[in-house]
Amino acid sequence: MSDLDATAMREENPSTVSETMVIVRSRDVRNRVIEAVLPPLVALLVSIVVGDLLILAVGQSPGAVYRLMLEGTWGNAYGFGQVLYKTTTLICTGLAVSVGLRAGLFNIGAEGQLAAGGMAAALVGLALPVGTTAVIAVPLGVLGALAAGGAVGFVPGALRANWGAHEVITTIMLNFIVLAFLSWLVSAHLRVPETLHTPPIHAGALPRLSVLWNGFHGSAANGSILIELCAALILGWYLFRTRGGFELRAVGLQPDAAENAGINVGRTWIRALTLSGALAGLGGINFVLGYERYYEEGFATGAGFLGIAVALVGRSNPLGVVLAALFFATLSQGGLAINALVPKQMVDALQGVVILAMAASVPEVRRLLAQARGKR
Amino acid sequence: MRSLLLVIGALLLAHIALLLAHPAPAAIAATTGGLDVGIVFDVGGRGDKSFNDGAYRGGERAEQALGARVHFIEPGEGSDREAGLRLLAAEHMQLVMGVGFIFTDDLTALAKEYPDTRFAGVDYALALDSAGKVIPPPPNLAALKFREEQGSFLVGALAALVGKSKKLGFVGGMDIPLIHKFEAGYRAGVMYVCPDCTVIAQYAGVTPEAFRNPGRGKELALSQYQSGVNVIFHASGSTGLGVFEAARQMDRLAIGVDADQYAEAPGHVLTSMVKGVDAVVLDQIRRARDGSFHGGVQEYGLAEHGVGYIYDEHNRALIPDSVHARVEEIRAGIIAGRIVVPAVR
Repeated sequence: MSDLDATAMREENPSTVSETMVIVRSRDVRNRVIEAVLPPLVALLVSIVVGDLLILAVGQSPGAVYRLMLEGTWGNAYGFGQVLYKTTTLICTGLAVSVGLRAGLFNIGAEGQLAAGGMAAALVGLALPVGTTAVIAVPLGVLGALAAGGAVGFVPGALRANWGAHEVITTIMLNFIVLAFLSWLVSAHLRVPETLHTPPIHAGALPRLSVLWNGFHGSAANGSILIELCAALILGWYLFRTRGGFELRAVGLQPDAAENAGINVGRTWIRALTLSGALAGLGGINFVLGYERYYEEGFATGAGFLGIAVALVGRSNPLGVVLAALFFATLSQGGLAINALVPKQMVDALQGVVILAMAASVPEVRRLLAQARGKR
Repeated sequence: MRSLLLVIGALLLAHIALLLAHPAPAAIAATTGGLDVGIVFDVGGRGDKSFNDGAYRGGERAEQALGARVHFIEPGEGSDREAGLRLLAAEHMQLVMGVGFIFTDDLTALAKEYPDTRFAGVDYALALDSAGKVIPPPPNLAALKFREEQGSFLVGALAALVGKSKKLGFVGGMDIPLIHKFEAGYRAGVMYVCPDCTVIAQYAGVTPEAFRNPGRGKELALSQYQSGVNVIFHASGSTGLGVFEAARQMDRLAIGVDADQYAEAPGHVLTSMVKGVDAVVLDQIRRARDGSFHGGVQEYGLAEHGVGYIYDEHNRALIPDSVHARVEEIRAGIIAGRIVVPAVR
């Protein structure tokens, strides 16, 4: 069939062609929505039922505990502010782990990178003269956090690219080194006596959200959430709309093929882990520039590791990561709200169940969906 | 698709069934007329066999002895400390407590924001202003301190009486004024019963890491034992585990700190200088009930059972009756004010 014939055919029957395409498209969209929504839904239900059992096991009423959990998180402005505050850090560590996973690398060093970013933001804030305008001080603090986290991320990247050292080992070991170094820095040089924190920063503080709306009064939520959301947007654009992002994903999918296609795999690994570290480091501004305005030892303990769960549940997709961060933040704040009734260990266990259910439900629900389609 | 909907339906049914299984309402809101107390532990604090567990015991005792309802909160991360205190303050608890010096800033800020709520900080760290004067805590905040030097004085006297050596040892954690208080009391206690004795005092380091370094603790203890020391008092957190290890290895004696550490090296723990966190917590809850609660710095020493030493069936064999009687006599002397214990080296 010549081109001419084809054109003629299309012109003869234009409506059918486009209609078919619309149908195919809409079914595709529907399937994708189902695939995106159903697994978390099933996992959530499984977790809720396991949660019921755990709550009953400690002798409390599931309905009352869940209600209290909702009231303490989305039910009042203060609780919601706390959820937003926790979301902010988790977005960063979740994005950090996601970038690594996209490039086929498992960064478990977000814990140390986050702390390094926080320390850098504090150092910038302490070095600037009092009264430096926020227009200058905030970007400098943010850059400091990015640079410090990126530097910590660069090391395992370079070790992997040049000497083949596995990043799981190097990133986790680097956590200890970085945290010990920061601990020394605080206690030997920067500490306010009888505390575990540095003096307050001179400049670069981000406003609390309570400045905009008084309902948030007392909550730690602050302007850094906007910066982190921008980071998620930019990362999404980078990963899916730029050449660098394409190379990164290509290396993650099939390094050998990527290499054959002319992509420098080693350089991509370094770039991915540096970017990953920088994103984790950015999370440090939430506490340091936004909440307490100083660096405190262990200010976000666990947020780095929870970032792994956020990335897995968010399926390494920036939007998914934001939603997963919101979810885990709700769980964490909700756990605090019900802590007087149920022990913290129970909430930790529930968090584990959520992660397991999420991880298991994705392939399982997909299998069931595929079966259903096969039957049709 | 159908099987998936079945799964979802089954889960929903299970959830509803479980909801009905225990419909009793639960609330943490303070009951009117009751004695509701909130206690926030440090991050990862519960299970430390020391401060936080002591506070928990104090809360439990208050529930039994005073009929209080005590609500405990365990924070998951740094910002949860403030969030936990706020949660409890917003529920109109009669008393809100934070366990550990790390709560100092949060408690101070919240006490100002909730002037009608009573707050108390265990081991509250007093801040100094630019002139070096102590900044007093807000009037509705009780800053609870321990007279560690008094308890250390007693174990120092005990060590010198039991030690059979003119040399006594001390291993401190981080080289800071707080730990110097232990050393000062210990030294004074040794000198009180044995003026020609000497105390070898060493510190594990100058960073908080010095409280978590059993290897260094063992190293220091071994060298002290080898130089002729028979008893070492440690005030060094988990670094002290190394001291006990050395005591076991050299078959000498060590003295524990904060909580009864007998179990760390049975037969080699002469006694422990304990902080009565439970007694302090119970006392504050009682004050909240009786209306005798007041803000400001409150120090708990031997008289208030804020500090003490262990003498029970585990270590009775190590301490002759005459020595015990002498130490008790000294305790009475300190409580009566006849013996003044220095708090600085």
